[in-house]
Amino acid sequence: MPKMNLSHFEAALLFALFTSVVLGVVTKRTDRDRLHYGVYTFVCFLVALFGLGWLMYFGHG
Amino acid sequence: MAKEKQPKQPMPPFGVWAPAVGLAWLIPGGGHFLLKRTGRGALLLLAVTGMFLCGLMMRGAMFQPQSGDILTILINTGGFIGDVCSGILYLLSVWLGYNQPDTAGHIHDYGTKFLVTAGLLNVLAMVDTFEIAAGRKD
Repeated sequence: MPKMNLSHFEAALLFALFTSVVLGVVTKRTDRDRLHYGVYTFVCFLVALFGLGWLMYFGHG
Repeated sequence: MAKEKQPKQPMPPFGVWAPAVGLAWLIPGGGHFLLKRTGRGALLLLAVTGMFLCGLMMRGAMFQPQSGDILTILINTGGFIGDVCSGILYLLSVWLGYNQPDTAGHIHDYGTKFLVTAGLLNVLAMVDTFEIAAGRKD
């Protein structure tokens, strides 16, 4: 099996993508709501990713 | 103001939901396919399998239950349950001899988390399957 070499950012992005798809599919009752919730969850992951990244950057000085 | 308590819904008969939930465990999205929700089943299959395969390609480690202090027991047993919840993906990888030791490095670490999370996402899919089979959800 090939080996994947990803950066922290790429791995976290991939994690966010897969998780958002499943959360979108299982939580809502209509396709439109599912799509909205999936996109919303993915954006939340991104905001947390960048927010925590900058926090660590400033925290380290 | 106190919320009104919703009446407890009766548990549907075992034979109604068990085959779908069992298939949902064995094959990610399988329960949805059985209940004729093919689009959602395909998305679940792609997402859970994709996450599990990424975990394998990152050489993530599989958890094994261990004894010791309470934290060790919790982490390893919980991780093992998470891994097993991936169903056929976990069984196949173990049967085919996948045995990656837990090594240092962020890629391996992400891989381990991907493998566990794939199982946990499959648990969500199983719960969704149960709700559909029980008629609580469309």
